[in-house]
Amino acid sequence: MLQISLWKRLLIALTCAVGLWLALPNAFYGPVEQHNDAAAAIEKSGATPELETQLALWPEWMPSGLVNLGLDLRGGAHLLAEVNVADVYASRMEATWPEVRDALRSLTPVRRQESPAGELRVRLNDPTKMAEAMETVRGLARQVTTLSGAGSNDIVVSGDDGLITITLSDAEMQATDERTMQQSLEIIRRRIDEVGTREPTIQRQGTDRILIQVPGIGSATELKAIIGTTAQLTFNPVVSRGSNGNDNPGIGNLLLPSTDESGVFYTLEAAPVVTGEELVDAQPSFDQNGRPAVSFRFDTTGARKFGNYTAENIGSPFAIVLDNEVISAPTIQSHIPGGSGIITGNFSVEESTNLAVLLRAGALPAGLTFVEERTIGPELGQDSIDAGKIATTVAFAAVLLFMFASYGLFGFFANIALIINVGLIFGLLSLIGATLTLPGIAGIVLTVGMAVDANVLIFERIREELKTAKGPARAISLGYEKALSAILDANITTFIIAVILFMLGSGPVRGFAVTLGLGIVTSVFTAYFVTRLMVVFWFERRRPKQLTV
Amino acid sequence: MKRLKLVPDDTNYDFFGYAKLTFGLSCVAIVLSLAVWFTMGLNYGIDFRGGTTVRTESATAVDVATYRAALEPLGLGDVSISEVFDPTSADDKHVAMIRVQAQEGEEAATPETISTIQEALKTVAPEIKFTSVESVGPKVSGELIQTAFLAVAASLGAILIYIWLRFEWQFSVGAVAALFHDVVLTIGIFSALQIRFDLPVIAAILTIIGYSINDTVVIFDRLRENLRKYKKRPLREVMNLSVNETLSRTVMTSGTTLLALIALLILGGDVIRGFVFAITWGVVVGTYSSVFVAKNIVLYLGVKRDWSKPDANAGNQYANIDA
Repeated sequence: MLQISLWKRLLIALTCAVGLWLALPNAFYGPVEQHNDAAAAIEKSGATPELETQLALWPEWMPSGLVNLGLDLRGGAHLLAEVNVADVYASRMEATWPEVRDALRSLTPVRRQESPAGELRVRLNDPTKMAEAMETVRGLARQVTTLSGAGSNDIVVSGDDGLITITLSDAEMQATDERTMQQSLEIIRRRIDEVGTREPTIQRQGTDRILIQVPGIGSATELKAIIGTTAQLTFNPVVSRGSNGNDNPGIGNLLLPSTDESGVFYTLEAAPVVTGEELVDAQPSFDQNGRPAVSFRFDTTGARKFGNYTAENIGSPFAIVLDNEVISAPTIQSHIPGGSGIITGNFSVEESTNLAVLLRAGALPAGLTFVEERTIGPELGQDSIDAGKIATTVAFAAVLLFMFASYGLFGFFANIALIINVGLIFGLLSLIGATLTLPGIAGIVLTVGMAVDANVLIFERIREELKTAKGPARAISLGYEKALSAILDANITTFIIAVILFMLGSGPVRGFAVTLGLGIVTSVFTAYFVTRLMVVFWFERRRPKQLTV
Repeated sequence: MKRLKLVPDDTNYDFFGYAKLTFGLSCVAIVLSLAVWFTMGLNYGIDFRGGTTVRTESATAVDVATYRAALEPLGLGDVSISEVFDPTSADDKHVAMIRVQAQEGEEAATPETISTIQEALKTVAPEIKFTSVESVGPKVSGELIQTAFLAVAASLGAILIYIWLRFEWQFSVGAVAALFHDVVLTIGIFSALQIRFDLPVIAAILTIIGYSINDTVVIFDRLRENLRKYKKRPLREVMNLSVNETLSRTVMTSGTTLLALIALLILGGDVIRGFVFAITWGVVVGTYSSVFVAKNIVLYLGVKRDWSKPDANAGNQYANIDA
């Protein structure tokens, strides 16, 4: 009959209280956000009086989790980048070439042949040594060290008529792709952290994509400037300087354009003396003439190589290459032993600062192609928040009025449950750190409209049961009992949809799925258990003989 | 206290009285929607066709022709410019959306392309602001459209299975037919009015599916209960009774949901208007289809009548239509 055991009552009340408690910080969004930022800043770099006052804006013992605002509400930039994983195959082959050459040296001299990227072709001067040469090259193969690729070699060697072709094996390609993605994610994360924006989202999507969302940044173009450059820095010996971009540089050499002087091309040895990977630090600075430059320092191995090379090549030019363009090609004046140096070029202050950031964070292992980008201005986000607030308030008020007009006291119970419901949604969103997007707000409004459905089902059912004159208590309990199956079926189907939306959607759509899904859970709870608790409380005190719903 | 009652007590409308008319109407609407869809196509947003949209805001009125003239010399291919009206925005706020097709050889628009567009617009409207710039490459948009169709298909499939498990296969066919009806009609209106069709609209369609099935399930649930109660009454009558008994709830729930949605539609701003419009439309169509489409199909297919015993005559359900 109309009874709820004490522990159930306490549980229901407690759940509501905890949910609302967690939702509370959202009512004071500005101060709480400042408090959280200050707390994070103090954690990172110590307290200042200014940070202390900001910290004091919100008491420490209160919950401080907030609903994250999505990019469409806060403004910011969104980029979807595709990592050109195949780039790495080519550089792997580049690195294999000297190995192969040295391994075969004692057998027969070899020449490298033209080949598509990601493949290495080597011709033997003495084709009769083919079998032994193949054996030797195969001996260079290493085991692939992943679970799925265990037992297979990293390179595939095939040969025909004195020509050996070497490519990466499928297992190795997979392992390489995986590494490339991990590195790219890490490097992008480091670069964005260097710039110091708040709460960026950097996620892997699918096999070869990375999603980057940075709130508060002015435009996607700015963001691209930071993460779009591979920043592969190398120091290569210069073979010659010319003005023809179609020259054949010769095998093992590269022909690269100059960044600043248009029409100037440098022929360089492809194998670098030192690379950006051997840098330990890079800082923006100025050269003797006061022009912006970047100073850098090598690690010990880099410093030794750099020192030796400069000692042996005094008087020859030396190219500083960034992403396949020659930034500058100074002549080595003297032996540089300390392992530090300075890159000059036609930089603006901003460019030199950016380059220093990029060099510090490290080079991306492969190039990025941006396949999707979105910039949302902060004003538009604020407009959306304002419009969302007004619409939600009006929608809420209209539904509350409508329910009260239709069901009187029971409608009032449903209304309280509805208010608790919205509180719980915010509490849960804060708890799991979910992101609220504009469609997410629509999801909440829709939930407000649909949440009363369960109550409507129950109340209509009670009305019907009353007609068969079983007395108020029996009618109420039957109403709740019999409506349950319809409530569950109806909500489970909608929940299935929310799950599908969550799995297939991204960004704003996913935000909608989250609020819709959470809204279903909380609305079943509030509409069924919370109203029932209220109705029982009321009934126990009043004991009405007659009931109108 | 006087109560607001949208539906009088104890209704006894004959919902099958006009079955031919209502069902026919739905069929015609579906055919029309498909026809419009195939002839006029959908006004796909950049999510689905690739390209760039720039949202501008300026204090002076938007002159589409000047904007167009400014962008013409850039040779960007297909450019569409439309002014956005919103009842809630201030008088000195004029918003326009400019859409540019995906450029040859680019995925997402390059910074150069975007800045040439912005520079060109600044020459005709110096104080113009660019409140959002979005660009989707053709590769991603192709995938998004695939994902969207997959999502709709997966939702319908999941519901087909769930209703089948909870009820009978006839119910699940009826429910999914009603959902199909809702989806097609929504696509139809988007095509007919040439409203921008983008990713959030797909989310809206899925929501419609969720809402409409909600409605249908409530009626089915009552039908199942009544079928157990009235074992001898003709299926048609039991169905009519079930719809009548749940009518008040159907109208109440649609009413509250529509109230909330209309508030959002008018006051929620133009950014999500397409999305909210789709859901609002879907609620109306979905309510209609729950009452007039889903159960007609169940009636046509027939259902098992004896729920008290284990399923003795599975595979022989047609014989029991008038049992």
